[in-house]
Amino acid sequence: MRIAEPSVAAVPPVEKQDLLKVLACGAVDDGKSTLLGRLMADAGLVPEDQMEAVAAASGEGGFDYALLLDGLSAEREQGITIDVAYRYFATARRSFIVVDAPGHEQFTRNMATGASACDVAVLLVDGRKGLLPQTRRHAAIAALMGIRDIVLAVNKMDLVGHDEQVFRAIVDAFRSHADSLGLVVHPIPVSAALGENVVHPAAAMPWYAGPPLLSLLETLAPVRPSRGSLRFPVQRVCRPNLDFRGYQGTVAGGRVRRGDTVVALPGGQPSRITRIVTFDGDLEEAGVGEAVTLVLDREIEAGRGTVFACPENPPAAVDHLVARLVWLSDMPLATGRELLMRLGNDLVPCRITALRNRLDIVRLVEDPATMLETNDIGTASIATARPVVVERYDDNRSLGSFLLIDRLTNQTLAAGMVMEAVNAAANVYWQNFDTETADRPTARRQKPAILWLTGPSGAGKSTVANALERRLTAAGCHAYVLDGDNVRHGLNRDLGFSPPERAENVRRLAEVAHILADAGLIAIVAAIAPYARDRANARALARDVPFYEIFVDTPLDVCAARDPKGLYRRARQGLVENFTGVGSPYEPPEAPDLHLDGSSETPEQEADRILGLLVTKGHILAA
Amino acid sequence: MLEAEAIHILRETEAVFRRPVLLYSIGKDSSVLLHLARKAFYPGPIPFKVVHVDTTWKFREMIAFRDEQARALGLDLVVHTNEEGLAAGLSPVTHGAGLYTHAMKTVALRQVLDRLGADAAIGGARRDEEKSRAKERIFSVRAPGHRWDPKMQRPEPWGLANTQLVEGETMRVFPLSNWTEHDVWAYIRAEAIPVVPLYFARERPVVRRGDNLIMVNDDRLPLEPGEVPQMMRVRFRTLGCYPLTAAIRSDAETLDAVIAELHGTRRSERAGRLIDGERSESIEAKKMEGYF
Repeated sequence: MRIAEPSVAAVPPVEKQDLLKVLACGAVDDGKSTLLGRLMADAGLVPEDQMEAVAAASGEGGFDYALLLDGLSAEREQGITIDVAYRYFATARRSFIVVDAPGHEQFTRNMATGASACDVAVLLVDGRKGLLPQTRRHAAIAALMGIRDIVLAVNKMDLVGHDEQVFRAIVDAFRSHADSLGLVVHPIPVSAALGENVVHPAAAMPWYAGPPLLSLLETLAPVRPSRGSLRFPVQRVCRPNLDFRGYQGTVAGGRVRRGDTVVALPGGQPSRITRIVTFDGDLEEAGVGEAVTLVLDREIEAGRGTVFACPENPPAAVDHLVARLVWLSDMPLATGRELLMRLGNDLVPCRITALRNRLDIVRLVEDPATMLETNDIGTASIATARPVVVERYDDNRSLGSFLLIDRLTNQTLAAGMVMEAVNAAANVYWQNFDTETADRPTARRQKPAILWLTGPSGAGKSTVANALERRLTAAGCHAYVLDGDNVRHGLNRDLGFSPPERAENVRRLAEVAHILADAGLIAIVAAIAPYARDRANARALARDVPFYEIFVDTPLDVCAARDPKGLYRRARQGLVENFTGVGSPYEPPEAPDLHLDGSSETPEQEADRILGLLVTKGHILAA
Repeated sequence: MLEAEAIHILRETEAVFRRPVLLYSIGKDSSVLLHLARKAFYPGPIPFKVVHVDTTWKFREMIAFRDEQARALGLDLVVHTNEEGLAAGLSPVTHGAGLYTHAMKTVALRQVLDRLGADAAIGGARRDEEKSRAKERIFSVRAPGHRWDPKMQRPEPWGLANTQLVEGETMRVFPLSNWTEHDVWAYIRAEAIPVVPLYFARERPVVRRGDNLIMVNDDRLPLEPGEVPQMMRVRFRTLGCYPLTAAIRSDAETLDAVIAELHGTRRSERAGRLIDGERSESIEAKKMEGYF
């Protein structure tokens, strides 16, 4: 077998040379950084000064190839790769971007991020340890993100006597897992430490007839850009003067040709492409990945977020979709909270309406689940505030992938892949009824509102609510108390006290309060609702109903001294988990609509002040 | 598709931020960035201010080149110098590279971004330049005070960026993230982009200090006893402040010769940057403070 000697390209023109994006993954300690360092060093791609720096930093164990790669000092201290790092090199045959993914299980999210951009994966296995759960997990994530070719590099062959049987056993064990994932496996026995089958063939393993790693990577095919029909998501409108209006963006599917008729989605207004403008002159046509400016034959309603598409086969514009989510954040998934979805060039409010399952990526089975945490992968239903133009991830990655962003912290919560676009509005109609809130008999005496009493356990919320309801009823008004504890006996009895369950508890209370207000009542909610974000969500769910946050501010020591239900005592004995004020935080409202002092005011005085607020705001005439 | 990717990123930046600026260092990467910005917004003009942080210690050729480019391209150029640093007479020669770089580059950059109310700053940094840059995001969020926290970086699956900012946060944007030094030179040749003549070999007055060749650009560089500037054929692979940027011996007078030399070299690009070498993590440490 003859192996072509790799060499630095003889000035390949930029753009023209074929590029392969390679994901390097595998469990920690399987030798990934060493393999990549060796690959680049043996291919003659590491500058001398870097080799010298690493030689100086290497300990007594000899030249440490891994030091060529690990970039951030936190990582060098811990001796592991935390973040995704990008390596660039070129041989005479092609250019490579190697996306170096971390091996630890707690960094699965970084691995998924790395995989999203890659054509092929190199999966490392330690020949002494064989397949680990993390090996299977990485193969599954690579497959989910759309990678088809996987190089199974069985490393440290020198430490298992270069034994063919060891290699075969690992490859056979991996094959059934790979088959169920639809992966094409390319197995190679290597020793990164000795440089065997990395760039040069290994004399010690004559039983392996295939190419070394670098030669193999020079021949694997990149993932084809989605061909399909035209998709052009508009990034921005270019209007330098009154005579020119161009739509700027990057072609995300198919080809655009001058003279083509396109439809603008959502909406579907048709128009014709009159020019494809670039700085270097007009084009007749442009394909996937090209950044161009389109000029149309007429004025239509289009802007950032609009997608121009081929009229015969347009993508769907829907307000409901089913997607696979990779949970990236430390903040767990909570259904019902309002989030932002970044999909294509669109940014739209959305909420996760239901979590369908969580994927066990080692066993490859979907288990029922109520929450997703960091690094989890699951399937969820999502509703958007207005229609978005989407496609299935398998059909078009640009219009089939998205981010979920928390509205308060701007954290990126999840990466999503569209499995199904559902036009919920087409299936579930909003039933309009003729009777409006303002027509109801209650409207003669009151304007509905939601009063949300928040404060720690024992602050006196229920007592104040009780006094308030009694006073309102006596005045001929219609009010109803939703007590957090009571609702947990029925509607919310499936919920515990973890942060996501508390969020769901608050969401349901807010929805019921909204229904009560819609029926014309003054809804009084007495619930701890310890997290500011959940209370903000409750306010958002009130929609057009006036919402008042009332802080029953009683110091914790007073609450604990009252301890009407004996809960503080039990929490301090460790008998109650996640108890607000003991094992779980209470975030006091920063700007409540009404601030009650629970340590100095009596419940009747507090009720008086709330009634005063209702009068001032025009909800009731007088109490 | 590097060009198309960079154009996409530039358009994205303009579309989602209120007041983006383009940081212009006058070097080859900045020249490429400017050219790409012209392409991205054509037939419109470059829609943001072009900011140069002038330490007052740049090579004279660089300043001349900057002003000529600003005229030729009609740039909305903003030049900023840390006036307190200047008044205090901070110099790389007498105050050491660390203090000087912090005051005249890092602090100066923070000052001008704050003054302009810029919520995004586009720069020409590339991931292949240095190890800690290899992990930089394309859209890199900075906490209030322009601080970079490597642990708070947002994932960018499928190249999708979360560009939402809260008050006080800003974004650094790197459209050339995926370019290599080779790509930059090949693109400069293919597009005939003008660059500072210092990148090409000529006879220049230099003194040798250790392994480094330092060009005598003006009379502010104190010569050590026995040092006599000598004429040597040199060029620069990277350009910064002149006492902190070493030249290399070279006969490469043309673009083709520079590219050919690049393929023969065994030294990395930033080997000529004297400030980087202080500690192996030093770019990372500087970035945390808001360095570019």
